[in-house]
Amino acid sequence: MIIENSPVILSVKNLTATVDETLILKGMNLEIRAGEIHAIMGPNGSGKSTFSKVLAGHPDYKVTGGEVMYLGQNLLDLEPEDRARSGIFLAFQYPLEIPGVSNLDFLRVAYNSKRKHEGLEELDAFDFDELIQQKLDVVKMDTSFLNRSVNEGFSGGEKKRNEILQMALLDPKLAILDETDSGLDIDALKIVANGVNQLSRADNAMLVITHYQRLLEYIVPDYVHVMANGRIIRTGSKDLALELEERGYDWVLDEEAVAS
Amino acid sequence: MSIQVSAAPTDTASLTTAEGRAAYLARLLELAQSAGNPTGWLSALRQQAAAHVQEQTFPTTRDEEWRFTDLSELLKIELVQPEATPLSLDIAGFCLPEAAGSRLVFVDGVYAPELSAVDDGPAHLVVGNLVNLLKTHPDQIDQIQPYLGQQMGSEEVFTALNTSGLTDAAVVLVPKNSAIETPIHLLFVATGQTPALLQPRCLLVAAPNSQLTVVEDYVTLGKGTYFTNSVTEIAVQENAQVTHIRLQRESLAAVHIGKTAVSQARTARYISTAISLGAKLSRHNLEIYQTGEQTETTLNGLTVLRDEQLGDTHSTLALSKPYGTSRQVHKCIVDDRAHAVFNGKVFVPKAAQLTDAGQLSRTLLLSPKARVDTKPQLEIVADNVKCTHGATVGQLETDEIFYLQSRGIDATTARRLLVYAFAYEIISQVPIASLRPILANQVLPAQA
Ligand SMILES: Nc1ncnc2c1ncn2[C@@H]1O[C@H](COP(=O)(O)OP(=O)(O)OP(=O)(O)O)[C@@H](O)[C@H]1O
Ligand SMILES: [Mg+2]
Repeated sequence: MIIENSPVILSVKNLTATVDETLILKGMNLEIRAGEIHAIMGPNGSGKSTFSKVLAGHPDYKVTGGEVMYLGQNLLDLEPEDRARSGIFLAFQYPLEIPGVSNLDFLRVAYNSKRKHEGLEELDAFDFDELIQQKLDVVKMDTSFLNRSVNEGFSGGEKKRNEILQMALLDPKLAILDETDSGLDIDALKIVANGVNQLSRADNAMLVITHYQRLLEYIVPDYVHVMANGRIIRTGSKDLALELEERGYDWVLDEEAVAS
Repeated sequence: MSIQVSAAPTDTASLTTAEGRAAYLARLLELAQSAGNPTGWLSALRQQAAAHVQEQTFPTTRDEEWRFTDLSELLKIELVQPEATPLSLDIAGFCLPEAAGSRLVFVDGVYAPELSAVDDGPAHLVVGNLVNLLKTHPDQIDQIQPYLGQQMGSEEVFTALNTSGLTDAAVVLVPKNSAIETPIHLLFVATGQTPALLQPRCLLVAAPNSQLTVVEDYVTLGKGTYFTNSVTEIAVQENAQVTHIRLQRESLAAVHIGKTAVSQARTARYISTAISLGAKLSRHNLEIYQTGEQTETTLNGLTVLRDEQLGDTHSTLALSKPYGTSRQVHKCIVDDRAHAVFNGKVFVPKAAQLTDAGQLSRTLLLSPKARVDTKPQLEIVADNVKCTHGATVGQLETDEIFYLQSRGIDATTARRLLVYAFAYEIISQVPIASLRPILANQVLPAQA
């Protein structure tokens, strides 16, 4: 929801970034305020995942210019774990499998890292168990997933649901969902969207990266951005997503080419 | 004014010569032979072994079997006979609640009855030290003598060295048709008070249809320099099952050379989890000899090395009959400038048709200076067999660390979690619950 004069959560100005010396982000500009849901769409390879990983602090991506302010502080100064602890959450396009680390241990260590950061006492195994049971409900996941290794042998849909479970647990200020809808059947999509909607409030914000308007029927965006060649080339309302679905990206790219 | 009396200068240069090494081996043999004073068959066994030692030379890296494992560290130690051990030692930290009444303790190679605890187990189960057993159970001699020092490979130089000084041993004889629930803990404590030559010995005979879990455990009370040269012989008779946990947690200044020789009769199962954490220089020779059809062998190995440690595992699986299956996973975690060595031999002669053998070696290198030499060595003559092997050497993945960081877990904890996870695949195989957290803790890299 768009709330007038609500606080700015994220402000990105002229951001450029490279990976392996190749310039991928070529001047990103974006402002996200509390309460808002933003969608980013755009052709393959346009830099959407790169943008999300730069925000989360992946060491392979080097910021070469511009600035990113998050809740009034310079985000780029923070280690990835400190970004996470202060409320940034990235649901990965390709969640990793981590054999040997139990999902439950992983979730507890992550949750307690955040508690500690907030000056709160860590939850013991017993209290944590109670909490995680509630969160499992948000994504309709079975308890048995907790005893398995993180994402190991999970189906594509289960991995995505596990990401949303982590999101529900960590209760982020800014959630970035990178193609969380890809590979989901319609039932799983509804579960995931429903989970995300439960977590959306007036004091937090979402950035949803997707190729499909389908998701945006369930998670209704306040703004839709089109990203191409490392930049946002157009911003519109949710209707823009519909138009893109019908007409593809070419017309936006053409108009952009003419304009510049 | 003080007068300094220096010992005769040791000529370290001479250690690198053939003469120097021959003199060192002679000294080892002399030390071994001066231990105890047995008579009869044991004395004959010792003399025979001594003759084997005399026929051989001290191994160097020019020997294929020792190519990556330089024993100079051992040559540097001026070994002595172990001294009498202090009367009261605190070993509580090493005792396993699961084996509270089934523990044999040897301190610096000497049986310590006051630290051991052997409750009356099931009838006919024999757990004790050789010296006493020969007195209390003279009728069991034919369960002992035919197995002691008789395995294939017993003439190998360090094995023979151990036998040449064989004075006492931990002995476990499992009676026929009995499944022993309680694990047996064989605890070898090194005090590290002097640079002693310690030669622990174990014998385990599992009679047909029996079942047993044994923990063979090498620990230290200090940080001292010493040399453990151990030999364990295990006979798994027809349709018996032995679960063997071998823990090497010696002093980081010690040298440890250990032999495990196992024979498996028809349909026998042998499940081993060998974890090597200690010693500056260690070598484990794990040898499995199949003597009957349809055996099942499971070998789990984990070696964790840091600083300048060298840890070497040489395993040999010698099949000789059809329908044997084996699963071997050997993992190494190598940090700092440490060096891991793994050599896994599998012999599948013509007679061993329909063998199904799998071997996997996985190494995690935690530092750019860490090193591993890993080599599968499959010699397969039989044509109708399934033998697979694989070796991976990797580092912690940036992406894995990042994934954990992106959930608020700091990089150090993330690394520890991932190392722990790598090791836990093996540690989780240890069927003694109280040991798992202890081992997990020892595996983890120091908290930064
Ligand atoms: N580690 C890397 N090394 C080299 N090039 C990379 C690397 N990661 C990404 N790229 C390149 O950066 C560009 C942007 O990739 P990115 O994954 O951000 O695109 P995307 O918009 O998320 O695409 P998709 O819609 O397919 O997910 C691509 O051309 C990709 O090949
Ligand atoms: Mg992408």
